[in-house]
Amino acid sequence: MTLPRPDEVRDELLKKYPPKVARKRAKQIVINEKQEDGSVPEITANTRTTPGIITQRGCTYAGCKGVVLGPTRDIVNITHGPIGCGFYSWLTRRNQTRPPTENDENYMPYCFSTDMQDEEIIFGGEKKLRQAIQEAYDLFQPKAIAVFSTCPVGLIGDDVHQVTKEMREKLGINCFAFSCEGYKGVSQSAGHHIANNQLFKHVIGRNDEGVEGQYRINLLGEYNIGGDAFLIEELLDKCGITLNATFSGNSSICGFERAHTADLNCVMCHRSINYVADMIEKSYGIPWIKVNFLGAKATAKTLGKIAEYFEDEKLTQRVEEVIAQEMAPVLEAQETYRKRNEGKLAMLFVGGSRAHHYQDLFNEIGMKTIAAGYEFAHRDDYEGRRVLSSIKLDADSRNIEELEVEPDADRFSPRKSQEDLSRLSRQGVPVADYEGMMPEMENQTLVIDDITQYETDQLLEIYKPAIFCAGIKEKYAVQKSGTPCLQLHSYDYGGPFASFQGAITFYETVDRMVNAKIWNFVEAPWDRKVKPSLEAEYVRK
Amino acid sequence: MLLRHTTEEVTQRKALTINPAKTCQPIGAMYAALGIHGCLPHSHGSQGCCAYHRSTLTRHYKEPVMAATSSFTEGSSVFGGQSNLVQAINNIFTVYEPDVIAIHTTCLSETIGDDIPQILRKAQDDGKIPEGKYVIHCNTPSYVGSHVTGFSNMCKGMVDYFAQPSDEKLRTLNLLPGWVEPADMRHLKQLCGRMGVSTILFPDTSDVLDAPQSGHHEFFPRGGTTVEDLKKTGASSATIALGKTASDAAAKALDAKCKVPCHVLDLPIGLSATDRFINTLRKVARVEVPREITDARGRLVDLITDMHQYLYGKRVALWGDPDQLVSLTEFLADCDMKPVYIVTGTPGKAFVKRIEAVLDGRCPEAKVVQGPCADMFLMHQWIKNEPVDLLIGNTYGKYIARDEDIPLIRHGFPILDRQGHALFPTVGYLGAMRLLEKILEALMNRQDRDAPEESFELTM
Repeated sequence: MTLPRPDEVRDELLKKYPPKVARKRAKQIVINEKQEDGSVPEITANTRTTPGIITQRGCTYAGCKGVVLGPTRDIVNITHGPIGCGFYSWLTRRNQTRPPTENDENYMPYCFSTDMQDEEIIFGGEKKLRQAIQEAYDLFQPKAIAVFSTCPVGLIGDDVHQVTKEMREKLGINCFAFSCEGYKGVSQSAGHHIANNQLFKHVIGRNDEGVEGQYRINLLGEYNIGGDAFLIEELLDKCGITLNATFSGNSSICGFERAHTADLNCVMCHRSINYVADMIEKSYGIPWIKVNFLGAKATAKTLGKIAEYFEDEKLTQRVEEVIAQEMAPVLEAQETYRKRNEGKLAMLFVGGSRAHHYQDLFNEIGMKTIAAGYEFAHRDDYEGRRVLSSIKLDADSRNIEELEVEPDADRFSPRKSQEDLSRLSRQGVPVADYEGMMPEMENQTLVIDDITQYETDQLLEIYKPAIFCAGIKEKYAVQKSGTPCLQLHSYDYGGPFASFQGAITFYETVDRMVNAKIWNFVEAPWDRKVKPSLEAEYVRK
Repeated sequence: MLLRHTTEEVTQRKALTINPAKTCQPIGAMYAALGIHGCLPHSHGSQGCCAYHRSTLTRHYKEPVMAATSSFTEGSSVFGGQSNLVQAINNIFTVYEPDVIAIHTTCLSETIGDDIPQILRKAQDDGKIPEGKYVIHCNTPSYVGSHVTGFSNMCKGMVDYFAQPSDEKLRTLNLLPGWVEPADMRHLKQLCGRMGVSTILFPDTSDVLDAPQSGHHEFFPRGGTTVEDLKKTGASSATIALGKTASDAAAKALDAKCKVPCHVLDLPIGLSATDRFINTLRKVARVEVPREITDARGRLVDLITDMHQYLYGKRVALWGDPDQLVSLTEFLADCDMKPVYIVTGTPGKAFVKRIEAVLDGRCPEAKVVQGPCADMFLMHQWIKNEPVDLLIGNTYGKYIARDEDIPLIRHGFPILDRQGHALFPTVGYLGAMRLLEKILEALMNRQDRDAPEESFELTM
């Protein structure tokens, strides 16, 4: 199969835009080209979306309440604002949770809102918020109540932090707020950062009693969509690795409170949680490494890295055993599905880490990612953290508070010496590093940040890929064009896809979609193009 | 238990809404705007609003829902959204080429007080609106009313911008369908066609949100009311507006602007409401009701008489939008069922009065609430105190259904977990039969499941 030249495709995508838009988009549509030193072309990311362009992106509130805090079961999350924001983020992200017993708290199936009316917009909503917190406390006596600000809250100047402080003192429970108004920042990403900050300020470090275990880790940036975390938990357990806290799939606030007691932070979704990882490192001396449980190879590599970090022969051996055991059925499945899908084309435009990680899974059945991009990631997620120092802070990023974190006076205790860390890095376990998506993609592939609907439609028309991965807003437009679309936010209500077992489920899912018979029936028999001779024959009969 | 924290004891809440029976205005405006042919809805606010509305509508319809946003940032929130909106209009017309852009506001742009008509004048002056193209708008502050209010406001916006007064009235009727599904809109058109009444239905989401799979993404699908038709609404001889909450404002505006008299009716869901609709259509258009429709009505009545024993006295909890609830309540009462809990988050005291009127003393135990804190949590508490046999409402009811082991019939918005609502109507006699089939299926499956072996019935 000869593919169109990416530079020509790029020109085609830009052709129709007004000149100013074309100039901006040109910097967000990049043809990948790896240099010998490992560097890749610069891409513009985490900048404002052009109004009217039809973006995939959501808002700051969605990143904060929806993504980071949403998956925690035992915090009463109150949305302060008109009813919509609370309503739309009510159970829609498929974060699964498993309270230990029938009697444990689980507020995730509930939606709590102050349902602001015009009188609160005019006279202020603090009184109603205070009352709402009181009512939530009276009804449920939860461990913690969190408040999430929506757009009008910031505009009318409600001091949510003051209200939660008062209520914290009055009720004697943890009560804190997020200034995550939708207009802050340029995407969900700002909301992740705000969520990270408040978790660090108000929750992490409140309980010094960690869980027992020899190899104690936290998992960061894993949100247990469709049950991914359950599979990862099971796998870690098999290896004898103890999970101290997860941010925030299948999580409880207790985990967050004791997060500073682990010995290693494993970062899954770099975009949404790297701030917490950095802050814990600075404050408590716990190093972080980038991990990935999507794809069998990546999962094996991740386990290997964790074992390497703990420098323990027994753990290394156990991990190797588990990998060997888990890999057998995976390899068998790969062979089956590779036969049917080898060489087919995939495109991934989604999230802030998923567009990267899922490429591994496609690779494992021989499918080729020819175009990919993130919805809300930053340059470091594309090009790697090596570019961090060269990212210029713009006005939108400056609006988000950057916490000054000092080593904790009593509890800072470096888990590894500088020497150890350098050695680990040489052994292929780089600490506090993420090399990004582009170095792992092939040359001449297209990398597109914050893709527009127009570009999506064009790409489908030009490449006719076997599968396109995106989110709910794109799904049916893609499918109407005759290409199956797998949602990588919700897994189309299937999955889970993490770990070894999840990898097999992913291969099966993709295979089912790509080879579905129904795509042959799109044209009605009377509209099908038949050879003229055959037609004539048919008519004669 | 999924809703393990829901207590039996009902305490009064004034500030905290839990599990709302409504959402916010803009999504309704977006849905209505999709019912104009060649129209791209535009959300003037933060990106998240547009993303959330598109996501929810998409999950409900499993169809592309295209809409754009002004992508407010902190800067635009401080300095106003004019520059963003003008830019958006230019980009949309250049890239997506719609006939119409239908703008709705959000709590953000309303709170900062953006003046949309002024911004549109600016866009016009700057030459950003091409010849023959239209930009319309309505105000949809999220902190007033609900999603139904937003739908209503966009319908009124269509009248404000398009309807042209005419001294010469045509025989055509305007039909405002209210917030119903594409299949309902299609069925309403069919009914009018069979009655021999020429109508302009607006908005019309049929062939937009139930478009066929063609192997090609039609950015602007075939359906939707055309601008030409919207202009002609001022020349129609009358308007029939279905659903007071969703359609009254547009109908009244049309009367005020173009002197088109209107008849505001309940949504034609169920027997009595459909009777009133058909009868009004008959009188206003001065036509005969064809045999075919009277027969369909007869089949519905026949079904109720035949299966009355399974319906009689069954207690039902229903939640959702006022217009739907009024007609459903009446239908259930017509079948001698007991609509005991009726909940809408959409504020408006007229709703409670209308429910009382349609019940007409037939279910004295009915509890009816509306507005903030009238939510599914409260309804669930009532159910815990005195259970019901059936739930009718949107997908969120499945949590109560599972916890309390009560059958659920999905009706209303949003339905996120089943298909069919966009394809098969619930309006008209045919729709009523479909609803009734679902109700009977749910109740009788339950009887079959729970019957002791000796009284497990073959014939029912």
